Amino acid sequence: MTKKYKTFRGGLHPPENKAGSAHKPIEDCPLPAELVIPLSLHVGVPAEVCVAPGEQVLKGQMIGRARGLVSVPVHASTSGEVIAVEPRPHPSGKVLEAVVLRPDGADTPCDRVGEDQVHDWSATELLERIREAGIVGLGGATFPAHIKLSPPPQKPIDVLIINGAECEPYLTADHRLMVEQAEQVVRGSDIFRRVLGAKRVCVGIESNKPDAIQAMRRACTAAGMEVVVLATKYPQGAEKQLIFALTGREVPRGALPMDIGALVQNVGTAAATAEALSSGMPLIERVVTVAGPGVAEAKNLRVRIGTPLAHLVDYCGGIRGNLAKVLVGGPMMGAAQLGLDVPVVPATSGVLLLREEDLVLRPEGPCIRCGRCVQVCPSRLCPTTIAAYARLGRMDEAKDYNAMDCIECGSCSYTCPSAIPLVQSIRHAKASILAQRKKH
Amino acid sequence: MLAAILSLGGIGLIAAIILGLAAKKFAVEVDPRELALLDALPGANCGACGYPGCSGFARALAEGRADPADCTPGGKETVAEIARILGVAATSPEPRIAVVLCQGDRNRAADKYRYLGIEDCNAAQKLAEGPKQCPGGCLGLGSCRRVCPFGAIEITPAGLAVISRELCTGCTKCVAVCPREVIRMTPAAAEVHVLCNSHDKGAVVRKYCSIGCIACHICHKAAPQAYVIEDFLARVDYAQGAAAAAAVDKCPTKCIRDFARGYPEGCTFGGGACAAPSDVAA
Ligand code: SF4
Ligand code: SF4
Ligand code: SF4
Ligand code: SF4
Repeated sequence: MTKKYKTFRGGLHPPENKAGSAHKPIEDCPLPAELVIPLSLHVGVPAEVCVAPGEQVLKGQMIGRARGLVSVPVHASTSGEVIAVEPRPHPSGKVLEAVVLRPDGADTPCDRVGEDQVHDWSATELLERIREAGIVGLGGATFPAHIKLSPPPQKPIDVLIINGAECEPYLTADHRLMVEQAEQVVRGSDIFRRVLGAKRVCVGIESNKPDAIQAMRRACTAAGMEVVVLATKYPQGAEKQLIFALTGREVPRGALPMDIGALVQNVGTAAATAEALSSGMPLIERVVTVAGPGVAEAKNLRVRIGTPLAHLVDYCGGIRGNLAKVLVGGPMMGAAQLGLDVPVVPATSGVLLLREEDLVLRPEGPCIRCGRCVQVCPSRLCPTTIAAYARLGRMDEAKDYNAMDCIECGSCSYTCPSAIPLVQSIRHAKASILAQRKKH
Repeated sequence: MLAAILSLGGIGLIAAIILGLAAKKFAVEVDPRELALLDALPGANCGACGYPGCSGFARALAEGRADPADCTPGGKETVAEIARILGVAATSPEPRIAVVLCQGDRNRAADKYRYLGIEDCNAAQKLAEGPKQCPGGCLGLGSCRRVCPFGAIEITPAGLAVISRELCTGCTKCVAVCPREVIRMTPAAAEVHVLCNSHDKGAVVRKYCSIGCIACHICHKAAPQAYVIEDFLARVDYAQGAAAAAAVDKCPTKCIRDFARGYPEGCTFGGGACAAPSDVAA
C-alpha cells in the first residue's frame, strides 16, 4: 500500500468480486407481467392499503397510507390494475400483505408537482416532501429518511456523511450511481444539508472505485462538499465505522450518531431524494446489482419496486448452473431467500446467485483460541465468548459481554478457521435479549 | 516449635469459643418439618414448582405458602408424603406428561430450506419461521432435550423429538422452551394421541407431510366421542377418550398413535422395539 487511506480498526478484506458488473452502465429493467408491492417496505409500521382489487392506479399514486410516525406511504411503481391485495412472500422470509399490480404498459404518471421548486422550500417543507415521497434509507437499513433527518434541536448535526463506501463484495449499484449520476447524488446531499443545517458534508468512497471518486470530486467541489477516499476494507460502510474513519469520532455504546453530531445517508438515498423532490415522482425504483456465478450475465439494473427477482434474473440471461442459494444484498450481510418469487424492495441493493459448488460448507470444529474473530471484530467484541454463551442459552452473560453492540457484519464467522457460526449465535442471543426486554 | 504450637492452638481455641457462642446466639429456628419435607422431595431441583430448587419449595410448604400438588415430578406418592408431614389432606391432581404432537421427521415432512445454523430450535425458528414447511412440526434440533432435567427426551436419527412416558415427570420445562408449541401436557393415562400440530387444510398438509392430519373426519366417524376436529386438526378428547384406540388403524395417514403399541420409529424408548405397528400396517 503506497498511500494511507482513512479507515477504522478491525475488519477484513474478502475478495471483492466486483469486476463482473463494476463497468456495466445501469440499464432500465423492463416491467414484469405482475408487480408485487409489499406494504412493509421499510422498518417501522407497515402502510395501510388504500386501493381495492379492480381499481386502476397511475404510476406514483399512493396505494398505502403511512400509519404513525415511523412509517412512510407506499406508491404504485407503474400504471395498471390492482388485481389483489393479499399476503405474498416477502424478502424477510415471511408472507406479508402486498398489493399485486398488473401493469398496463402505458406507464402513465399521476399528477406531478411540475417545475423544480426545491430551492424555495424551507427545511420543514423539504422534510414533508421527503416523507410524502416515501424515501427510506436505501443502504439496506431502510429507516424512514424524514425521521432520521429530524434530530431533536439539542442535538445539532455538524457533519453530514454521504455513504459511498459500498464495501460488500459483488455489489456495484452505488458505484455506478456515483459514476453516472454524481450531480444528482450531490443535489440530494445538498437537500439533506439544508434540512440539517450541517456545516460539513463528507462523501466517503472506498479506494477501489477510482472512477466514482473522480466523478464525485468533480460534482462535489462546486457544491462545497468533500470527497474522502477510504481504505478498501469490510465493513467500511457500516455506520459507526464510517463515522470513525471520516471524523475520528466514536459513537458511544447505546448512543446514536446524532449524539456526536454526525448523520449518515447512503448515496442511493441522496439520489432518490433529489429525483423525488425535483420531479414529484415518489420512490418507486432503485438500482440493483444482479451478480454472482449463478447468473448468466452480471448487470446493474434500475428496477421498479415490486418486480419479482425471477424477472431480473431472466433479464440477465437466466440462471447459470446448479443454483443453490439466492441472497438479497451482498454475501457478507445479505439475507438468504426461499426462492426467486420475492419482490425487489427498497432494501434490495443486490441479488446474488450462488451455485452448489460456490458454497463452502465446512464442518464446524472446536474453537482453537486463535483470536482472529476478536481481531477482525469492528465493534471490538469477543465473538467467540458471546457465541459460546449464546449456545449454552446463557443470554445474561452474552449480554454482559455486550452482545447488543454487535453490528452483525459477519466478519467473525467469515474469518473463523474452525467454521464456528459466530455471528449466527450472536444474532440468536440478541433476539433473545430483545424478547426478554420486551417481557419486562 | 513449642511456642508455635501453643500460639496457634490458642488462636484456634479462642476462635472456637467465639464461634460456639455465635452459633448459640444467632441460631436460626428451622422448622423440623422443613427438613422432613426436603427429605421427601425428589431432590431434582428442576424448578417445576416455581421455587428455587427443592429446598425453596420445602420452606414455602412449611410456611404454608405452597400447594403440595405443585411438585409434579414427585408424583402421587410424594404429594401424599408431603400432605402427611404437613397434616393436610392430599389433593394430588391427575398426573400429566408431555407428548410431542408430531411424527414429521426428516423422512416424512419436507423442509423449506437447508438450515445450517446452530443446533437450537429457537434460533432456527427465527429464520423465516423455521426450516420446516409445516408451521407446527417439530424441528428436531433438540432444545427440549437439553432442558429436560430428567433425560426424558430423545431426538431420533431422523430428527424428531420423542418423550419417554416412563421418564417424563410432567415438569413442563420442555413446553416452555419449544418455539413451535408442539409439546402438550396430556393425562398420563391417555395412550392414544393425534400426533400432528398443523392447522393447515388437508390438501396443504399432504404437500409437505406424509404423516400429518388431513382432517378427513375418519377418526371421528370411527369413535365419535373420542375425537374432535377443530380448525383442520383432529385431537383426542381426553375426557372421553376411552374409545380412541378404535380409530388408530383407520387413519389414512397414520398420524394417530397408540403408545401402548410402541413409540415413533427410530427412538430407543420402550426397549427400542419401536417399529410402530401402525406404520407396518400401512
Ligand atoms: S476465530 Fe474461531 S477458532 Fe479463532 S478464536 Fe474465534 S471462534 Fe475461536
Ligand atoms: S419438540 Fe420443539 S423444542 Fe423439541 S426438538 Fe421439536 S421443535 Fe425443538
Ligand atoms: S419431557 Fe418435558 S415435561 Fe417431561 S420431564 Fe422432561 S422437560 Fe419435564
Ligand atoms: S403435518 Fe403434522 S406430523 Fe407432519 S410435520 Fe406438521 S405437525 Fe408434524
